[in-house]
Amino acid sequence: MLSEMGDDAKLLAGGQSLIPLMKLRLANPNHLIDLNFVPDAAYIKEDGGSLRFGALTRHAAIEKSSVAAGIPMIHDCAVGIADVQIRNRGTIGGSLAEADPSGDWAAVLLTQKTEVNCLSPRGERTVPLADFISDAYTTVLERDELVREVVVKSPEKGSGGAYLAFKRSAPVYPTASAAVHLAMQGDFCKDAAIVLGCVGLVPVKAIGAEMELRGKKIDDNVVNAAMEAVRAAVDPQSDMRGSAEYKRTLAAGLVKRAIALAIRRAHGERVEVSHIYA
Amino acid sequence: MPETFDKVQIQLKVNGKSYSASVEPRLLLVELLREDFNLTGTHVGCDTTYCGACTVLMNGAIVKSCTMFAVQADGAEILTVEGLERDGVLHPIQKSFGESYGLQCGYCTPGLMLSTYQLVAENQEPQDADIRKAIAGNTCRCTGYQNIFKAIRLAAQNMRGA
Repeated sequence: MLSEMGDDAKLLAGGQSLIPLMKLRLANPNHLIDLNFVPDAAYIKEDGGSLRFGALTRHAAIEKSSVAAGIPMIHDCAVGIADVQIRNRGTIGGSLAEADPSGDWAAVLLTQKTEVNCLSPRGERTVPLADFISDAYTTVLERDELVREVVVKSPEKGSGGAYLAFKRSAPVYPTASAAVHLAMQGDFCKDAAIVLGCVGLVPVKAIGAEMELRGKKIDDNVVNAAMEAVRAAVDPQSDMRGSAEYKRTLAAGLVKRAIALAIRRAHGERVEVSHIYA
Repeated sequence: MPETFDKVQIQLKVNGKSYSASVEPRLLLVELLREDFNLTGTHVGCDTTYCGACTVLMNGAIVKSCTMFAVQADGAEILTVEGLERDGVLHPIQKSFGESYGLQCGYCTPGLMLSTYQLVAENQEPQDADIRKAIAGNTCRCTGYQNIFKAIRLAAQNMRGA
């Protein structure tokens, strides 16, 4: 259908971003193709060391899924997206395909080994999430292609992660968010992945901050160096959510908290984490 | 953009009653409820997916009816504030909002009561943190949240007893 209707057609998943955008006439498609009646497109499965999410899986289903909570950071994310009503409609596939710079899922899943299975009339292809989002609101999806499934490899034992998003109120996008995943051996950090949301045109992978942690014993000095690296890596815009300088400081602070949570989880502790409100 | 749209025939249940309607695909669910079915208890507040005044229950889950097309509710079961009352008797959620003075201007109240409905269906003993999460998508611009919390606590308590 997408290939027949051409550029004027849009896919409608949960609709919690697209419908508001259409009301503002920021999106003005001639055709909408509603995916919500596609059977078997919403599921959460554990399969050979990976979690598989059907593209139409609602945030609320992920929030309530004990399978999805196998990667606690995924639960952190799902439980705090917007509000109950939006989580009941919004989908993980829609969120990734929209590629909003303030979206939650991309930041979280970029710290994991995540692949996006895409489907078009030419067949299926698998794109690593790191290659999937090419710019703000832009993905590598062809115009007749859709997201079929999101596959997240389960992280190794002895690792842990946390996702913290700071919001002014529930229904709005965060001001800044931080996803941190650490592989630990005692106090020693074997590997680190740090991704920031809302502070660039795409989620920002803080490579410098990861390097500050990797191969080191985590103490205050190391964390402070990582925070400095975060401040250097992000490129926030001043807007009604806050000044660029405020967001830089906020992102670094969120990373500090997320590191502490990730370490506790890596050491096997169960910690409840959710989005933070102003 | 075409000026007119072919209408689509849909069937749905609202408050236990079967309805059929012939709607343009662009019609929002809240407009169907209010304009076509004259169920004006569901309000339009912000029309930007923020305020939750348009909250209704669809197949057991609350949604913002300003952020769904009516055609997407084809085959669905909807509960609006008008469906809470049974045979002239107010629902315990409605009673508790009245008794606790959990409203001031009342504009957000229908949405809040539907959010309470899903909360209490899933959690019979909600703590304040649970209530906060459950109504995070409902804005009361009179800011009367203290009494709204009281009302929800009372509703949960009365429904446990019922």
